[in-house]
Amino acid sequence: MRTLLYLIRKEFLQIFRDKFIGRAIFGVPIVQMLLLVPAVTFEIKNVKLCIIDRDMTTESRELVNQLEGSTFFKVRFSTFSEQEANDLLHRGKCDLVLQIPSGFGKETGKGNPGRLFISANAINAANAQLSWAYLNGVIRDYNVNLMAKNTGGSTFAPVPQIHVTNRYWYNELLNYKYYMLPGVLGILVLAIGFILAGLNLVKEKESGTIEQINVTPIKKVHFIIAKMVPFLIIGLTDLAIGLIIGKLTFNIPFEGSIALLFLGSAIFLVAVLGLALFISTFSGTQQQFMFTAFFFIILFVLMSGIFTPLESMPGWAQKFNLINPAAYVMRINRMVMLKGSSFQDISRDIFSLVAIAIVFTTLAVYRYRKTA
Amino acid sequence: MRRFLGFVKKEFLHIFRDVRTLIILFGIPVLQILLFGFVVSTDLKNAQVALMDLSSDEITQKVTDKIFSSGFFSRSETLLSYKDIDKVLRKNKTKAVIVFEKDFGKKLISEGKAVISIITDGSEPNMATLITNYITAIVTDFNRELAGTQAAATQLVQPEVRMFYNPSLKGHFMFVPGVITLIMILICALMTSVTITREKEFGTMEVLLVSPLKPVQIILGKVMPYFLLSFINVIMILLLSWFVFGLPVKGSLVLLLAESMLYILMSLSLGILISTVSKTMQQAIFISFVGLMLPTILLSGFIFPIENMPAGYDWVAALMPPRYFITIIKNIMIKGTGFFYVWKETLVLAVMTSAFILISIRKFKIRLQ
Repeated sequence: MRTLLYLIRKEFLQIFRDKFIGRAIFGVPIVQMLLLVPAVTFEIKNVKLCIIDRDMTTESRELVNQLEGSTFFKVRFSTFSEQEANDLLHRGKCDLVLQIPSGFGKETGKGNPGRLFISANAINAANAQLSWAYLNGVIRDYNVNLMAKNTGGSTFAPVPQIHVTNRYWYNELLNYKYYMLPGVLGILVLAIGFILAGLNLVKEKESGTIEQINVTPIKKVHFIIAKMVPFLIIGLTDLAIGLIIGKLTFNIPFEGSIALLFLGSAIFLVAVLGLALFISTFSGTQQQFMFTAFFFIILFVLMSGIFTPLESMPGWAQKFNLINPAAYVMRINRMVMLKGSSFQDISRDIFSLVAIAIVFTTLAVYRYRKTA
Repeated sequence: MRRFLGFVKKEFLHIFRDVRTLIILFGIPVLQILLFGFVVSTDLKNAQVALMDLSSDEITQKVTDKIFSSGFFSRSETLLSYKDIDKVLRKNKTKAVIVFEKDFGKKLISEGKAVISIITDGSEPNMATLITNYITAIVTDFNRELAGTQAAATQLVQPEVRMFYNPSLKGHFMFVPGVITLIMILICALMTSVTITREKEFGTMEVLLVSPLKPVQIILGKVMPYFLLSFINVIMILLLSWFVFGLPVKGSLVLLLAESMLYILMSLSLGILISTVSKTMQQAIFISFVGLMLPTILLSGFIFPIENMPAGYDWVAALMPPRYFITIIKNIMIKGTGFFYVWKETLVLAVMTSAFILISIRKFKIRLQ
């Protein structure tokens, strides 16, 4: 036990001797949290509209007025040239082009169908569909008014209608910060722990100092544990800092138990550090380790459902997430913080993480050879 | 010049000797593009939705069938009371609950109005809005059918929509350019910053510095092989996105390759800049990976559109080189626009590249402490 404590102390000294790293370990998460958490939303504001009104009647102007009145659309351009409109779409100056052909007012006034032409920039397919749906909504309202006007509002008998009401639980106002913070925090803890722990071991190999430890009677388990504990403490400190920032600056709710949150993250960190050390036993140089780490971290992050929903992923990706520690911690963080989930609710995730942590750590201890 | 060529040759040998790194270097981007091209998507698919039907009549049955036959949702639990909603949502599997009020069908016929409530899990805001929007659209459709049987309501205004550039509305068009951009900048910056700091850390930089080569030549010689490797990488990635994801190259291929070279050059010079401020490989890796990864993912418009960010963030995003390249690739590949449409972005990347190189040259120390 005493040996272990000495070893851990040595590791701490080694880490913090590098002043830059000592500061970056805490500075980078603070800066990135403050900068990145408020940045991101999926809400679409201000769809930029370009209008070609060839009709120029009261009817067409009324439609344009209705569009201008909606908070969703901003009429940025008005032109008579289709070529110019297409060019604006091409240059990304507008998202939607609405063309009202001449004769629109005349036809609809007579009760004949009038046509509208819409072109959308659909590179971002989801955005295009949503803006189109909103535009269609405005057109539908306009349509209903028009029909009521044409028929004098008399024959328009009330039709039975199903109304939809909706509520967002756990995050009434759909505050994206509540969604981003647990994810960003998880990624930072993952990346910092993974990289520093792995590099630490490979560096000892590269500079040969590991030989000096290998000739001592220190046990393999002790050596690996001593490499893990400092980064576990650093990771949990980063988590604490992140949570304090979240509470003070973004007023993130803490519905559930903070102890449970830390328990989840601690097991997650053991799994991540175990994997990092396991990989580092394979790597001869820091470069090799770094590229492998790069692969795994990006893989874990993008597959975990932190930024894009898990449900949208193909089946094999969802299966992969059974061994992706980031997927578990992301879920645990969000569930405990926002929904106040209890241990029972997340027990499956916790036990799976424990299993992953045990496997990775055992592999690391097993692969670490004291003989060259 | 001969000296310089000799040095470049030495650097090439260095890289090719380390077969493992070489395999990783080419394997990783290819594997990542393949994986993430399929995985990164924000489409609504198979969202688990629970049902609480307090009425269970013919009409609720019809609406339910319509919702679940849309293909966007799959039905999870059937709930009996409001108390169960929290329990179900808390488990995280179910993302939303559809509630039909009591006597739904009766009310609809006698009062002409009935209410469906959609309760969604707001801890995933994007999912929650998507589900709400889709279900609302389906119900609106149902309303129209209902109205259609009552009074022959004709649509007076008939909109025709054309989805430009991506008529089949594929998610790949949005995300594959982003994945390319993200992976290239990280790999390039990592490679250069690490090779240069490696020489510093092992003291071999001193050997190079006392040689008759100029510092600029040393840096150039170190970066040159990586420039070539990355260029081959980009070509492989573009081929993959073409064949696997059906991303077209509508514009000029030559222009696309030239812009890719500029982007690689920018990323490599960013790596050089990082190497001048870091003393050890650990520091270099920390800056070029932990420092760059999240800002690149979040602020470049890769997943989250820049237009939607709060006020002020367009300035922050303007400092992120990847955002310009994403715009450039989307323009050239998908829209098929020419240089005239991307000259501004190109200019910004060029200015950034020269700035990185200039600062690096000024900061480069000939003597080691």
